[in-house]
Amino acid sequence: MPLVLTEEQELLRQSARDFVTKSAPLKRVRALRDGSDPVGFSRELWGEMAQLGWTGVIFPEQFGGAGLGYMDLIVVMEELGRGLMPEPMLSTVLLGGNTIWLGGSESQKQTLLPPLIEGKLLLTLAHHENGSRFDVCRIATRAERSGGGWTLNGSKSLVLDAHVADRVIVPARTSGDASDRRGITLFVVDAHAPGVTITRQSVVDGRNAGIVRLDKVAVSADSVIGKADEGAELLASVVDRATVGLCAEMLGSMSAAFAMTLDYLKTRMQFGALIGTFQALKHRAAKMYVETELARSAVMAAAQAIDSTSPDIPQLVSLAKARCSEAFVLIGNEGVQMHGGIGMTDEHDIGFFLKRARTTQLTLGDAAFHRNRWAELAGY
Amino acid sequence: MGSLFPLSEGEARMDLETFRNDTREWLRANAPKSMFGLPKSMDDICWGGRKTVYPTDVKRWLDVMAERGWTAPTWPKEYGGGGLDRDEAKVLNQEMAKLQLRPPLTGFGLSMIGPLLLQEGSEELKRAHIPPIVRGGIRWCQGYSEPGSGSDLASLQTKAELDGDYFILNGQKVWTSYADKADWMFILVRTDPKAKKQDGITFLLMDMDSPGVSVRPIKLISGSSPFCETFLENVRVPRANVVGRVNSGWAMAKALLGHERTMIADVFKDRVPGNPLVDLARKYGGGEGRIADSTIRDRITQVDMDQRCLDFTLDRSRDEAKAGHKPGPETSIFKYYGTETNMRRRELMVEILGPQGLGWEGEGFDDRELTVTRDWLRSRGNSIEGGTSEIQLNVIAKRVLGLPD
Repeated sequence: MPLVLTEEQELLRQSARDFVTKSAPLKRVRALRDGSDPVGFSRELWGEMAQLGWTGVIFPEQFGGAGLGYMDLIVVMEELGRGLMPEPMLSTVLLGGNTIWLGGSESQKQTLLPPLIEGKLLLTLAHHENGSRFDVCRIATRAERSGGGWTLNGSKSLVLDAHVADRVIVPARTSGDASDRRGITLFVVDAHAPGVTITRQSVVDGRNAGIVRLDKVAVSADSVIGKADEGAELLASVVDRATVGLCAEMLGSMSAAFAMTLDYLKTRMQFGALIGTFQALKHRAAKMYVETELARSAVMAAAQAIDSTSPDIPQLVSLAKARCSEAFVLIGNEGVQMHGGIGMTDEHDIGFFLKRARTTQLTLGDAAFHRNRWAELAGY
Repeated sequence: MGSLFPLSEGEARMDLETFRNDTREWLRANAPKSMFGLPKSMDDICWGGRKTVYPTDVKRWLDVMAERGWTAPTWPKEYGGGGLDRDEAKVLNQEMAKLQLRPPLTGFGLSMIGPLLLQEGSEELKRAHIPPIVRGGIRWCQGYSEPGSGSDLASLQTKAELDGDYFILNGQKVWTSYADKADWMFILVRTDPKAKKQDGITFLLMDMDSPGVSVRPIKLISGSSPFCETFLENVRVPRANVVGRVNSGWAMAKALLGHERTMIADVFKDRVPGNPLVDLARKYGGGEGRIADSTIRDRITQVDMDQRCLDFTLDRSRDEAKAGHKPGPETSIFKYYGTETNMRRRELMVEILGPQGLGWEGEGFDDRELTVTRDWLRSRGNSIEGGTSEIQLNVIAKRVLGLPD
């Protein structure tokens, strides 16, 4: 398959770009951060996004999806990234929905996917625990058989959009030791079930995350996704796919931050000249451009690997995430530096990108993690 | 194929698979045994030309490939090229890479002046020059830089004055790659000294055997002499040898630069199966080797990953072109990033060798070690030749990002 967007994908990009420009200016992100909005994003916009078909891009038509692929998804994610949109694509669609779609039973898919795609059900995946860093298999939360079902105990943190999720997918240890691959089971847990406590966390970029505490939470046998003890593989492939979506979002955000910085270089005067005439800044701007182009190629290659079910998916996902992590942090840092003093003020929007760069870098594996994984997969 | 009906996508793929199998069989049957495996150094590669005698196998490999036009797979058949479409050419490339077959021919004829002539040359020039390029009969060099005109190429001073049907050339060129081995030179000369510097330049084709041409090799820090100084004293060049129009040479040079930059990046496309950096890092350093050092391992990974990202960007650019889009701004990054990545790779290789990377010649160092060291030194020029990295960044800043002067 060629590494180029089809005409349909270009149209999708245009409609996504129009939508983001019209309904999601950056001042909305600021208002959400500064207000005490209990939701932390716009349910109304989320409904519109569902109507546009974006929540179902990667899901089949039988559940109300569009039956498209990741080359289409990354187009949407990139545009959402430009507007730093906090709507729950990553948590509900890419992490939560994907787990059900890739590993759920027929009845789980029937029950959960259609309302999710309609924008009426929010799902999230609680893959992170304190101390697990980026190893999704390092899980201390335990599930024990009791009666016909299971009892869950433990605590998850930085769970994306946990405070509004209707269901939380909880990977728990059902056998084995702390970081064994075997012995992990995935459960669908009702966010309002007795014993579940969800606390909002305040994160540096103002996005929505929370702690999910599980205290003797009883779940039925049919809340298991896939097979007991064998959830690691499912978890890994969900995380790989979600990572590609996140990378595309990062690509959009870094492009927007770069455009903002470039604009400043073309308008800010110092020493009687536009600062964009200074070669010290020109060369750094050119390098930022090089980084975004390389990142774009890596993201497209990873998306295409998924669409063609290539055996290289894990390696290409690592390529994309390592590249996007470094490129976005570079552009965030340089963005603030090139804006000078005004870039340090809360009043200016460039700071939002610096913060988002850091959060996304440290979500689903940073560059060092993915370089190491790449080398392991390459056999050295 | 002669089919009355256009092929469906499925059939096209089948067709391509047949082509792949046939190609593989043909390559296996026709490539001399010694042509499998990688050339040891740049000098092991066939550049063609009248002045160099190549080993029998190298010459035979060139001849069998040129016979099919596969030295220039995508060039039109009427000028001796292979007439392959991009997909077929890619298949040929992949099959050659899998067999570790070296390219039968390389050089500026194939990569630079050939594509420019096909694009801009008169029918007469195409008929005269393309077939010998495909056959490897004529080796070309590039007469661009001058002692006073490096990065600021448009300031060049070599004069060409019209005398009847001839231009009379006087001046000096420098950094002419392999001018001592080349048969012809494509050269930029000043034909209008009064015009704005870019507007008074003409692009000419010059026979290196013309009276008044003299060449002196320049020795580099790597010990090799791939570049020369070329002196021109009243050299007569027919007016018919102008590519494009008189005084439109700068536009020709820019058109050619596009081919040159893609080629330079292509040179650094990782065709080698396996990973030579990892192999070296396992072999050197005792015990498990340097690969056990996490900082070395991480640097290898970074070079690897950078290369993959560049490869995908090259693929993307090619696929864009295939889809009928104009070359996007991403092409401007190839020369810069390809050379910088290659230089980091070369540097890392020497560091992995450690003290064994210090050899210049003679005893105590094997051929591979000496090559790694020489190649590292040679690679320092990558970010200078063909437009320095700084010039590339200027070009991106101006043409792609629109930053003010």
